Amino acid sequence: MKFPATASWTRAEKLSFGLITVLLLVVLPLLNALPTGSFLHLSDFYLNLFGKFLAYAILALGIDLIWGYTGILSLGQGVFFGLGAYVMGMHLMLAIGKRGVYQSTLPDFMVWNQVKELPLFWKPFYSFGFTMAAIFLVPALFALVFGFLAFRSRIRGVYFAIITQALALVMWLLFNRNELNLGGTNGLTDFKVLLGFDLLSPSTQRGLYITTALCLMGSYLLCRWITKSRLGKVLTATRDNEHRVRFSGYSPANYKLFVFVVSAALAGLAGALYVPQVGIITPSQIGVFPSIEMVVWVAVGGRGILIGAVVGAIGVNWARSFLTTAYPDLWLIFLGALFIGVVLFIPDGIIGYLRNLLLRRRAASASADEEAPLGPEGRQHA
Amino acid sequence: MVALERISARMTLLPKALFLLVVSIGALWPTVAKASQPLGASSLEQSPSAEMARLVADLSSPDKADRRAAVVALGALGDPRVLSVLEALRGGSLYVWRQPSGGRETVITRDHTTRDGKEMVSIVRADSGEPIRSADGQALYVEASTLEAIWPDRRLRRIMKPLIDGLRSRVNLFDPDPDTRRSAATKLSRLGRPALIPLLEEALDKEPTWWVRHTIDEAINLLKLSDDNPSVRREAATRLGELRAENSLPALQRLVEASVGGDSSTNDGSVRRAAVAAIERIERWGGVTRAVSTLFRGLSLASILLLMALGLAITFGLMGVINMAHGELMMLGAYSAFVMQGWFQTYLPANLFDYYFLLAIPFSFLVAGAMGLVLERSVIRFLYGRPLETLLVTWGVSLILQQAIRLTFGAANVDVSAPSWLRGGLQAMVGVQLPYNRLFIIVLAVASLVGTYLLLFHSKAGLRVRAVTQNREMSACLGIPARKVDTYTFALGSGLAGMAGCALSMVGNVGPDLGQNYIVDSFMVVVAGGVGKLAGSLAAAFGIGGLNKLLEPSFGAVFGKVLILVLVILFLQWKPSGLFPAKGRLAEY
Repeated sequence: MKFPATASWTRAEKLSFGLITVLLLVVLPLLNALPTGSFLHLSDFYLNLFGKFLAYAILALGIDLIWGYTGILSLGQGVFFGLGAYVMGMHLMLAIGKRGVYQSTLPDFMVWNQVKELPLFWKPFYSFGFTMAAIFLVPALFALVFGFLAFRSRIRGVYFAIITQALALVMWLLFNRNELNLGGTNGLTDFKVLLGFDLLSPSTQRGLYITTALCLMGSYLLCRWITKSRLGKVLTATRDNEHRVRFSGYSPANYKLFVFVVSAALAGLAGALYVPQVGIITPSQIGVFPSIEMVVWVAVGGRGILIGAVVGAIGVNWARSFLTTAYPDLWLIFLGALFIGVVLFIPDGIIGYLRNLLLRRRAASASADEEAPLGPEGRQHA
Repeated sequence: MVALERISARMTLLPKALFLLVVSIGALWPTVAKASQPLGASSLEQSPSAEMARLVADLSSPDKADRRAAVVALGALGDPRVLSVLEALRGGSLYVWRQPSGGRETVITRDHTTRDGKEMVSIVRADSGEPIRSADGQALYVEASTLEAIWPDRRLRRIMKPLIDGLRSRVNLFDPDPDTRRSAATKLSRLGRPALIPLLEEALDKEPTWWVRHTIDEAINLLKLSDDNPSVRREAATRLGELRAENSLPALQRLVEASVGGDSSTNDGSVRRAAVAAIERIERWGGVTRAVSTLFRGLSLASILLLMALGLAITFGLMGVINMAHGELMMLGAYSAFVMQGWFQTYLPANLFDYYFLLAIPFSFLVAGAMGLVLERSVIRFLYGRPLETLLVTWGVSLILQQAIRLTFGAANVDVSAPSWLRGGLQAMVGVQLPYNRLFIIVLAVASLVGTYLLLFHSKAGLRVRAVTQNREMSACLGIPARKVDTYTFALGSGLAGMAGCALSMVGNVGPDLGQNYIVDSFMVVVAGGVGKLAGSLAAAFGIGGLNKLLEPSFGAVFGKVLILVLVILFLQWKPSGLFPAKGRLAEY
């Protein structure tokens, strides 16, 4: 494998990527390690919260890949997030062993529901290796089948959005059922250990945070590589004019399927990182509502710009954790207004807006050197 | 009517017939729904007997045993006026009044008022129910504190309960309301007293409504099943089979078991054969009724889906706007019904309350339509041709609307009560009752469909709408105000959503989440039907609604829904643009 087209890294990009890596991987954990009384101390709670945001950012990268670069709006990303989360959750449930409330080897909710024996599909999740593979493979395979059917019959645009939304609704309904042996409405929770580490201890949480940050960096590099490669060019071309891509001899369906599967795998990874940090996964996190909210993170940050997705996911969730505690009644109104405002006034998102501003100023100063007599109007045109 | 004729003159034959059908159904509805005539009073009414007067007087006896004996004897009289006495005794409104002349009279208290700081009460004679009047012929009010209450003890209450229930059923057998008559007949048959048969037969003779006759007939024959004479039992069993009386199945089965038992009085092969034949007949009929009910439930769900999808077929189908706030417009419609109900309760006399729903329908249309107008003018007009963006924006709008309703009316569901003419149901055949509210929604859905069809395809306004949606530039060149047409088309679609919500308030909960529960379903209808096609929406609504109810009994609601999604996806493999694909320019969406 050829590593990401290194040639295309500009100095500014290298610098900012390095800075962010240092900030996420070194500075924040260091601040957390400072003594509690210190002015700069970052509490365990906030580090944990930030870890959750970073997990969301991984998911947002996947959405940006499929929506921002390929122009396919999937309103079912919550499902893939949920699949990854449930896979991880199942492993953690089994890792509890006999430490549960009922001191049974079965998860507590099965004891409640009078399930006598561990269902067959749970058994492989004793293995950590299998779980790690399943985190990617379960959402990816699901996306492969669903996407194959959808793209083959050329369901696209709004149709695809609606079908995936229906998928989110149906999966939500399904996961709420006890018959599935996945905990029903209460989901999976009460986790104790991961690979022998106590999940409640701050050091484990710090480790999880660092893992999440590393995964985010990796996902970013992967997405960057995809978008900068020839493959990425075809994706963008499909977004801009699918017919012409098809006439040029490409099969857009295969490209779309590929990117759909990648975004599903990223969502699964995000879900798997989310679960041990938050400690619970319920069907309410995979329904219609969370799925569409995920799309908004990307819209706010800036679609078609990878860093925009990351900024959007972190920014909106930060605002949410602040607003839901400060003004619980107004959060939904704020979120709604954000939807409307971003689409109407800054369609390229915050990062996109800043980038456009920067580009315009650069172009303006360049043109001002040459055509100074034109004055301010000239600047506007540029 | 002139306006009606003018409208109908413009139509071709088929739509005309449909239109007249809908209009006449709409006009006749309240009369059909209230098809109940008051019946003549029962023959049981006689002048108060001396016996009754004596027994009523005994009720105030100081001896408990005397009182109990009086109650039992009163119950045995079978006079409907005994009911009011016993109910008064149970409810604590039976008193002894010392007449100014010195005599004691057992009375029931009626109206309470306060005069000069004293509680005054009007009284009627307990034995005859005649009001007691003062010398000038006015109703006499006496001071409440001078009356002596007669309180039943616990044992007396226990004795009274079955007596009151039996009497109430007897009286109810001649009630003006058919449902009351019917349930009275059912209750009487459960008492299992063959002595009631003549009374039931009398009620049967007088009964005008076929399904109440049916129930009474069933009650009589159920009682006859325990007759001593085997031939009476045999005939009763056969008759119950003819009546397809599902409720009599346990009794018939008992009869079969008893006749196997070998007891000489019941061991009668012919009775057993008759009972077995009746059971078979009833069970066969059960299959038919289940099929009919499933069909009706499917039809009912389909009509709800159709009502929702109609508005979407316009906003999404014709205009290409994905309105995720469509569900919230429906919710606004439902809340409009709630507000209208509140206005009627506050400002208008109670007897007009039943009409609130007739006003609520247009009101909900206007409220949701106005919201749609505002929405189009302020947001959506910037986003034509960018369906994915509209999806996000309207989702934002839906969040705001939901939260605004939650902040105004509270997060809990509100109670929209059905007007009396939508309660109960139409007895279509034995064992199948079609609720009026469901029937009403079917009628409303058909009327809306026909109305939308006529508006779009047989009116000038509709011609403009179709012209603008097919080719904006050309229409604008020809002098059609395209902007205005957009706005009003969107408002129309929104108004239809509001009406759907108003109708939904009759069958489901009204809460801030109302829209969320239906939005995905209604989008599925539009997608499966083909964008922009009324006929497609109609077919898809019936397909999805019918399939849903067909799958529900065997798979459960959730797995039924899962299956439907799978089926829709597979269906789109076969017909990628829905049942009725759009052609030409519209196909680009």
